[in-house]
Amino acid sequence: MRATSLKVLGVALGLAVAGVLIGLYVNTLTTANGSPSYTVPVHSKGGHPVVDLTIETVAAVGPQLSPGHPDYVSYLVRNTSGKWIRRTVWRLPANATVHVTIYNFDGDSGLRNPLYARPQGVDGNAFLLDGKRTVVINPDDTSHTFAVPAYGLVVPLSGVADDAKNQCGYAPCALSMAHRTIQFTFHTGKAGHYRWQCFVPCAAGWIDGFGGPMQTIGYMDGFIDVV
Amino acid sequence: MLSSDGRRVIAAWIALSVIATPLVAIFFDRVIPPGNGSVQASEQVVDNSVMMAILTPVICLLIVVFVYVCVTHRAPKGAPLTDGPPLRNDPTVQVYWIAITSITVLFLAGFGSYRLLQNGSGGGQGPSPIAVPKGPKLQVQVIAQQWQFTYRYPSYGGVETPQLMLPSDTLIELHVTSLDAIHSFWAYELGVKADANPGVDNIAFVKTKGPLAIHVRCAELCGLWHGYMYDIGHVIPQTQFASWIKSQQRDFAPVAKYLPKYSTTYYPDPQRRAG
Amino acid sequence: MTLARRLVGFNLLTACVLGVGGWYVGWFAAHLVAGPSLDYFGDIDFNELSIVMAYLCGVLGFLLGLGFFNYPFARLRGYPPSLREKETGGISRYFGLCTDHKVVGIQYLVGIGLFFFIGGLNAMLIRTELLRPNHQVWPAGTYLTIVGIHGTMMMGMMTSGILGPFGNYLIPILIGARRMAFPRIEALTFWLLMAAGVILETTIFFGGFPTGWTGYQPLGTQSNPGIDCYYLFFALVGISMTLLGLNMIATIVTMRAPGLTWTRLPIFAWGVLSTAVLMVLAAPVLIATLGMALLDRTAQTNFFISAQGGSAYLYENLFWIFGHPEVYVLALPGFAIVLEILPVFARKPLWGYRLAVAGLLGVTLLSFFVWQHHLFFSGINADLRPFYMLSTELISIPTGFTFLCGIMTLWRGQIRYSVPMLFCLAWFFNFFIGGLSGVFLSDVPSDTTTHGSFFSMAHFHYTIMGGLVFTFFAGIYYWVPKMTGFQLNERLGKIHFWSMFILFNATFAPLFAAGFLDQPRRVVTYPNNLLFINRWVSICAFLLGISMLVFLYNFVKSLVFDRVPAPADPWGSKSIEWQLPSPVPVHNFDRIPVFTGDPYGYGENSGPVAIPAGAPAGMN
Repeated sequence: MRATSLKVLGVALGLAVAGVLIGLYVNTLTTANGSPSYTVPVHSKGGHPVVDLTIETVAAVGPQLSPGHPDYVSYLVRNTSGKWIRRTVWRLPANATVHVTIYNFDGDSGLRNPLYARPQGVDGNAFLLDGKRTVVINPDDTSHTFAVPAYGLVVPLSGVADDAKNQCGYAPCALSMAHRTIQFTFHTGKAGHYRWQCFVPCAAGWIDGFGGPMQTIGYMDGFIDVV
Repeated sequence: MLSSDGRRVIAAWIALSVIATPLVAIFFDRVIPPGNGSVQASEQVVDNSVMMAILTPVICLLIVVFVYVCVTHRAPKGAPLTDGPPLRNDPTVQVYWIAITSITVLFLAGFGSYRLLQNGSGGGQGPSPIAVPKGPKLQVQVIAQQWQFTYRYPSYGGVETPQLMLPSDTLIELHVTSLDAIHSFWAYELGVKADANPGVDNIAFVKTKGPLAIHVRCAELCGLWHGYMYDIGHVIPQTQFASWIKSQQRDFAPVAKYLPKYSTTYYPDPQRRAG
Repeated sequence: MTLARRLVGFNLLTACVLGVGGWYVGWFAAHLVAGPSLDYFGDIDFNELSIVMAYLCGVLGFLLGLGFFNYPFARLRGYPPSLREKETGGISRYFGLCTDHKVVGIQYLVGIGLFFFIGGLNAMLIRTELLRPNHQVWPAGTYLTIVGIHGTMMMGMMTSGILGPFGNYLIPILIGARRMAFPRIEALTFWLLMAAGVILETTIFFGGFPTGWTGYQPLGTQSNPGIDCYYLFFALVGISMTLLGLNMIATIVTMRAPGLTWTRLPIFAWGVLSTAVLMVLAAPVLIATLGMALLDRTAQTNFFISAQGGSAYLYENLFWIFGHPEVYVLALPGFAIVLEILPVFARKPLWGYRLAVAGLLGVTLLSFFVWQHHLFFSGINADLRPFYMLSTELISIPTGFTFLCGIMTLWRGQIRYSVPMLFCLAWFFNFFIGGLSGVFLSDVPSDTTTHGSFFSMAHFHYTIMGGLVFTFFAGIYYWVPKMTGFQLNERLGKIHFWSMFILFNATFAPLFAAGFLDQPRRVVTYPNNLLFINRWVSICAFLLGISMLVFLYNFVKSLVFDRVPAPADPWGSKSIEWQLPSPVPVHNFDRIPVFTGDPYGYGENSGPVAIPAGAPAGMN
């Protein structure tokens, strides 16, 4: 009998260890490299939902916002308290007008396909670059793009000049530092889960510039959750 | 020559095949994709139906034999262990089997090659295709990049657009290439699949029929958004196509001066980036 | 012996300690050579050389701790050759370097079983993601790593899935020998595989890898350093495969007992021999290819980077030159086990022995000439495609020989439906469906729609899981009574079989439809019209996982708790291993037997398959 109860104990212990290991494994997978969602506040204009989305792109996200990857380039969104948070899944209302303002603090890398230097899928097929209406930029001056391929939406983000003064090191970046301002408007349709990405090979250190942050949700990739 | 078991099995097999094969030959093409969106897609449906019809007797044989054997030759429960007859070989059976399987296989290979060499069956044939359909062709380049397909029309000034529009009833010569990783251009309703390899010009031919929507997917793992790398193209009437391409030339006129000259392969500069 | 005395020495504990130590040594050494940053907990430590060196030194430390270097050093110092590693009895032999082939066989069984379940767990995680198309359970990048770990773990581990446990345990017994030709190398192949499996699981700590099990370039060059774990895993698996194959060939060719001519060799041994030939010829290509890919990542070479003058294309071709023989490494042992078990439970000789051997050898030969069928649309020279279509279709002829021999063995037999027999019969069903779908895939026009889609996924799951894994379980239920001396519960075994068979087909058959309906492989989302299929498949997959737990329950309950002793020959087989006691004694045979016939003498009034010269105790 004692032998049997020892065996039962052994098997139970083995099962417990296996359970713990599996739980740890699944937990590591779930929490590695994702992004929680951020619901962008909606206001209504004559019954039609309107959203103001303010984003910044930074050259290095910093240890505070990303202890695991402080040197990754990243998108950040500004929440209602004015704080920049690192979330790339944005919840937007359906059939809404979305006014987007992007502050780009990063230098240029250059587009792989120059086609994306022309804004598409936005009102007027143009955007405001530092206040000036722009229909195309030089592809070599592109720092990042904001693109939602399912919407046919592409907006190239011009980069900060290499010799500009007061460039931002680690995020969050104050507006007093060197940056470019990009503004555009697009419209959401019916509910759905649409990915967005950057098309510029902007990941420092990877051979094609397309590794690391370019392939990680929470940095240069995310979703717009239209509800 | 044949035992009673053998006679029964052969009879059942012939009966089942005679019923099943015509049914498959007639009705299979109604359920088998990819449908009739293009000449190549229709041909694939025919190929699949022919193959299935040839394989149906094989399937019937295995079904009949296994059901018969597993039911009839079961050792009675609880009986003492007895051996079966010591049958080790029968050259006649071997010869028949080898002959029939070889003929079937060689026929399938020959049939497949014959159909393939007519016009390529919609697949990518590499930079030097050998199955080239005759007639005037509209060249359309498919550029795959992470993670979207863009399309260039060299006969319209090299205009590049992220939408796929093709004119109906036209023979299209697709040149598929990639700017970065290996992708695969899969236009489902057209029955077209061609891998997009960087530095390689992969040519596929397709003859469109009437207007329809095309689901384009990437069929080769290419990174984070591989599963989301899809779009919906269209086959539209030729007059509509002419006005569409003009509108694209207008829309993308500002960026035309920045696009590289049309080429079958590209080696874009920003390949080694340091941020 | 005191506990402390037991723990100190060359054993698994020492091996783990030295492995971790070696890891740090390699890491620091590589930093001294190549990298400026010691900030290895920080970000973008692109000193991948340090990761690679760390793991290599870790593996060396692990092997050192197990005692693999003891014998070479002893010989260098002039000690005479010897076969004795530590001969302590009992269960501690299973946790270290043991040159007894039976111990290595059981180590393999448990080790591969463990990693099989880990790979299966990853499969459950994949199907969890695919329950809903628009909901991300795992972030999309992590999902790709899970897909990669599942495929890589399964392919790497299950290539040795039959040769490892059953080949190592049985081949010396079947040929009348007391050991394999190279016992220490035999043990090495096992421990290399275990070290490799651990390395693969740690890939998530380095960011994972996005390429799936094929590791295509140039996507591989964009990966996080986790891809080095993938390269190292597969390279170590390749080395393990090559050595395993070499050992099998050397043993079967040179160590057969007197009277065991080639025509009397059990068909299982023929299968092992053909598989070993494939391993030896194909695995080195993999090792070289992965070595080049590692150099691309660490030494800034450009073998596979198109934009810098290399060729991404070359990687595809090199990979599949290995990859296609690899899948026959997975398929052939299944043929062999089925043909070995069928005569026992049909009580008839193996029909068409020479034809079956010709089938195995034919598949082996042809498998080297078909690899381009994975690359039909990759831009290969179009002239080649009809040739490769022909060669691929031709492989179904030797495969058909196995079917014919199986059918005719069953014909007019006295069939008993024991659990191993059920798994073998299921093999026919599964492999037939897999093979038919292969015919469709080999036809280039048809492949235009099905290449790279779930149809091709369903095809290889039917042939590999429906083929190899089912015969893996057939082998377990058949040979575990011999290996352990205890029976597995028959009722639980039948429950396991039926649930696994039905759920396996319920899971994978709809995937043929999914592929035909425009769902590519390795996607994290799919269109809404495929929701029902994907949800059905996911739920059946979860239930299939539960059926595996039934097996685990049976295994543990029968072998740990019930321990019902098994007779020496519970199945009534005439093969030589069943003429020995269960479990087989350490020296296998007291006297080397002389073979008088093949093990399929049912209904022929033949004598025993082998006669011991003299009559030692324990043999009747």
